[in-house]
Amino acid sequence: MRVVIAEDLFLLRDGLIRLLEAYGFEVAAAVDNGGDFLSAVRSHRPDVAVVDVRLPPTFTDEGLRAALRARAELPGLPILVLSQYVEQLYARELLADGAGAVGYLLKDRVLDGAQFTDAVKRVADGGTAMDPEVIARLLARSAATEGPLAKLSPREREVLSLMAEGRSNAAIAARLVVTERAVAKHTASIFTKLDLQPSDDDNRRVLAVLAYLGR
Amino acid sequence: MHGVVVAAGGGARRARPGQGLGGRLAALPRALALAGLLVTGAVLLAVLLAPLLLAVVGLGQFLKYQLNHGVNFDSQDVRDLLGLLVGLAFCRFGLPIALLAVRRLAMLTRRLSAGWCGVAIGEAYAPAPVPDRPGSRKVSYQRRMSWLLGDASTWRDLEWLVISALVGWVLLLAPVAMLCVGVVTFIVPALGSLPVFHGLEGLATPPAFPGNTPFVLFLIGVALAGGGLWIAPTALRGYGGMARLVLAPSREAELARRVEQLAQTRRETLDTGAAELRRIERDLHDGAQARLVAMGLTLDAAGRLIDTDPAAARALLYEARDTSARALAELRDLVRGIHPPVLADRGLADAIRALALDSPLRARVTGSLPGRPPAPVESAAYFAVSELLANVAKHSGGGTAEVDLRYSDGALRISVSDDGAGGADPSRGTGLSGVARRLAAFDGVLVLSSPVGGPTVINMEVPCALS
Repeated sequence: MRVVIAEDLFLLRDGLIRLLEAYGFEVAAAVDNGGDFLSAVRSHRPDVAVVDVRLPPTFTDEGLRAALRARAELPGLPILVLSQYVEQLYARELLADGAGAVGYLLKDRVLDGAQFTDAVKRVADGGTAMDPEVIARLLARSAATEGPLAKLSPREREVLSLMAEGRSNAAIAARLVVTERAVAKHTASIFTKLDLQPSDDDNRRVLAVLAYLGR
Repeated sequence: MHGVVVAAGGGARRARPGQGLGGRLAALPRALALAGLLVTGAVLLAVLLAPLLLAVVGLGQFLKYQLNHGVNFDSQDVRDLLGLLVGLAFCRFGLPIALLAVRRLAMLTRRLSAGWCGVAIGEAYAPAPVPDRPGSRKVSYQRRMSWLLGDASTWRDLEWLVISALVGWVLLLAPVAMLCVGVVTFIVPALGSLPVFHGLEGLATPPAFPGNTPFVLFLIGVALAGGGLWIAPTALRGYGGMARLVLAPSREAELARRVEQLAQTRRETLDTGAAELRRIERDLHDGAQARLVAMGLTLDAAGRLIDTDPAAARALLYEARDTSARALAELRDLVRGIHPPVLADRGLADAIRALALDSPLRARVTGSLPGRPPAPVESAAYFAVSELLANVAKHSGGGTAEVDLRYSDGALRISVSDDGAGGADPSRGTGLSGVARRLAAFDGVLVLSSPVGGPTVINMEVPCALS
């Protein structure tokens, strides 16, 4: 799997390269600014790109804007955005095209190499990887305003948040140490309670849940 | 001095007196109301002067009587001394109250002048003295009096009472008088001569002058009444202008007040800044720094164990990883509190949108800015909105909030409203006065309107330039 990395801090860039290579990825290019990132994805057409939100020269949300540009130019290009902090505002912008194949994670998540590379693979395969913190805030907000969310059982809410992060039934089952059938039952119940169209397709399901929470 | 401004019911906005018929008609009762205020002022002046006069005359009479009749004491002395006593008692107990009543009257005049006459008049009262002892509300007579009498504004207010009583009424009553004379003296008799209005005949006798035909009388009456109506707004403006001439603070007083205000906001800003730095230092010291030390120790222990007990070493390494994750989370929170990254990235409007998304309320953000305010203003405005939204979620009992931001007339204007129960009270420490204080450093103001039963609307205004 070929990756392009955009990260301006040398230590972190180096760490990312080592981590990804250790898990069997091939790093096609590692750049340190938004402009170079765009040309790198244009020429390398990677399977997935990993971008830091804050990049030179502006040191604002340069990386995010470059990612959105790249997605507009190369529709469906899987992109995982890393950031020192997460904003729902940015999550919405990344999800806005409804195509999936996006990730938005705190930089802290690279500390757990297995989980992180799992997220990178998921995005490369067209799935989503939303940071648990984004989901937690989405859920807190939805829970504060009365709505169908109140009808979910604690377990169902757990399943819902893992699903919103972008995990498949199998991954959720492994995480909660239950059978996949049990997870499927919870999922069906959640979709009924929230009045959402059930779907067998993992990605479409995740996007539906995110859209529901983001209302 | 600069706390939360609680919006007054009528609003003290400046409005030009209306030029249309409605405006002219409205000007008449307003002139009458102002005339009533003027009479109140005159009465107050009399109340103020009479006892003083009584005291002085009493003393004078007493002394004169003593000189003329040799030193003795009789009923005449009792009368004179009683006058003196009443006068002194008034000075002790009544004077501060009367002076404050004068001040109230002057403040009302200022407000009405802005609202009705279209003339805004500034004020520059010295700040009220602090209580003698913290916790009590008592201020000694001497300090209270030196506060009142030492304030040039008090003397201006008194001056205004005298001047308005002497000449103000001419301006106020002229239009009303013209209208009344026109109608009663001319129009009514003129109409009375027509058969249709026969009953009016006896109400007033037509003035006798050569050529006083009903038609001429009618014309004169209409001209007088119309003239009264016509000049009413002008007379009101004239009255307002006169009030400003007397009541407006001198440039010196205004500057003195400005200096005092600047000194206070500077002091508060420096205090807040210093406190903030101390907090950050403490947070770093107790948080991230301590965790890094712990991490170093754990890594060192892992290094020592790696050959002899790889399993234990691995456990320690994972522990170090978790510690670093916690340090990161703490640093992230700290950074958010210093300067939220989204504010730096996207500017105020998007940062407030991000706040709304994070708020447990259904918060809607409307409006936009044509540019970016200076960074300190942006930051103050962001934290103000953040605080207000948190307030709404905590205290209002409402579920939705609306934030509107725009830029007009050289000022950033943000309003935060909610559908809660209202009755917000800045004195009960809901953080409102803190917000107002921080905005005051930029000459910003916070106006709160929160009737019991809601809705609560908070308007903030910070003068600034956009880039």
